[in-house]
Amino acid sequence: MPAEFIRILIGLVAVAISVGLIGLVMVWVERKVAGHIQRRPGPYEVGPSGLLQPLADALKLVGKQLFMPDKADPILFWLAPVLSFLPVLLLFLPLPLGDGLYALDVNLGLLLILAFSGLAVLSLLLGGWASNNKYGLLGAARAVAQSVAYEIPLLLSVLAVSFVAGSLNLAEVVKGQGTWPWNWNIMTQPLAFLIYMVSALGETNRAPFDLPEAESELTAGFHTEYSGMGFGLFFLAEYANMVVVCAVATALFLGGWNGPVLPGPVWFVLKVSLLMLLMVFFRWTYPRVRFDQLLNINWKWLMPLAVLNLLATSFFVKLAQFTEVRW
Amino acid sequence: MNAIKEAIKTVSDLWSLMVGLRVTGKYFLEPQRTVRYPWKAVSNIGTFKGHLELVGGGQKDPFKPRCISCGMCALACPSHCITVVKKKAPKPTPEEEKALAEAKANGEKTKDKAPKDPEKFVYDYSLCSLCGTCIENCPAGALSFTGNVYMAGYSRNDFLFDLVVKLRDSQAPAPAEPAAVPAETSEA
Ligand code: SF4
Ligand code: SF4
Repeated sequence: MPAEFIRILIGLVAVAISVGLIGLVMVWVERKVAGHIQRRPGPYEVGPSGLLQPLADALKLVGKQLFMPDKADPILFWLAPVLSFLPVLLLFLPLPLGDGLYALDVNLGLLLILAFSGLAVLSLLLGGWASNNKYGLLGAARAVAQSVAYEIPLLLSVLAVSFVAGSLNLAEVVKGQGTWPWNWNIMTQPLAFLIYMVSALGETNRAPFDLPEAESELTAGFHTEYSGMGFGLFFLAEYANMVVVCAVATALFLGGWNGPVLPGPVWFVLKVSLLMLLMVFFRWTYPRVRFDQLLNINWKWLMPLAVLNLLATSFFVKLAQFTEVRW
Repeated sequence: MNAIKEAIKTVSDLWSLMVGLRVTGKYFLEPQRTVRYPWKAVSNIGTFKGHLELVGGGQKDPFKPRCISCGMCALACPSHCITVVKKKAPKPTPEEEKALAEAKANGEKTKDKAPKDPEKFVYDYSLCSLCGTCIENCPAGALSFTGNVYMAGYSRNDFLFDLVVKLRDSQAPAPAEPAAVPAETSEA
């Protein structure tokens, strides 16, 4: 038992550090990609090609005065950013970086991730509600409607994969896939992968589904009133959530740590980074959808498709079991 | 039937998402257009306009303005940044006065002795939009733009000049004008 405890502790520390680092790197990557897509250099002044710019920004954020609007609910207001960030640390624990390289070996790892990522929307709601600001409230309302809607196809598409793999343990799912791309689950479940990626964008409030923050409509949506590290925590949580959804996608669909030549963890990180880069590219390519479009995409397309996909998958799984028994 | 058609169209429209990604991908790889300004300037900086100046060469003196104080520029300027003050005729000496009176008595036409070049040519750079209308309207070709695009100052008054004084002072060893192109070396 103590050994398990120490493992989790080490895992948590490693996760906390890497989340901070990922946040810094992702801010830099995002700004650089945005700059280059718009044919400007992006940050380049602080450090070699602007690498230290996010660090400077982070220091600035830490140094800023924490400010709470008049008549805001003080407890909920300060609880929200903490609540958005803390569960994120937990989400990283069951992610299998390599064979045996995870902090927490739970056979319901996938369920753990899905359950605790659901907490994120609560923090957005609290933050928007407590800040006594109409933009915040609108952002919160949007966040709830959006996250609740997009969680369903996300779950359904994940479920399809775990039907095939016969496990909710991420490591098991990864082990069920082979070394080469054509052995990965994306080959048997391409539709589920598409649905998953779209819903993941919706879940993490990334453009083109960034309606809860929609800077051109709601100034900053639910975190309008947050300054300093209050905003910083929301920000970090957003990037950490991005990493989690990309890591889960990698484990479920892209073969996890499986890959030729290079060691497993390298492959895992590589695939996750590629997916993240893709998400960043999405943000700077697609315009934000309107809210009715957002819900239409979900209820009229993703949901039915996910349900159909799940039904077809379970049918074939059952068929396979049948024929195996008969064999 | 219509619903199916619509659904098919929606799916085929998804292709446009790929097109979008290709466009941004292309832009991502293309060279940047931004010129990193304090360290590099655009190559055609010479064609940029700075504030106005009076062209010298009036009365064969390169440091006297060619301007004839007609005021067309002030009239034409949409931003009212020019004020031309004419020179008053110098007070005639007693001999001149006498000669003038004689000429008048003889019924000769007297010449206005006031010099044509302006006493003051006040120009407010902070209002000027560098449109060039004044230059176009000057009958004497007495105005032009400088290439001094890096002007900066601490107060509004730093942008209020008397161009006559400026022209006159330019014969003295010029007070160090800011370099037209910043040095390539960085200070950071
Ligand atoms: S350039 Fe245009 S705005 Fe400037 S002084 Fe001449 S007429 Fe006026
Ligand atoms: S600068 Fe030209 S237009 Fe203006 S007063 Fe002198 S001569 Fe006339």
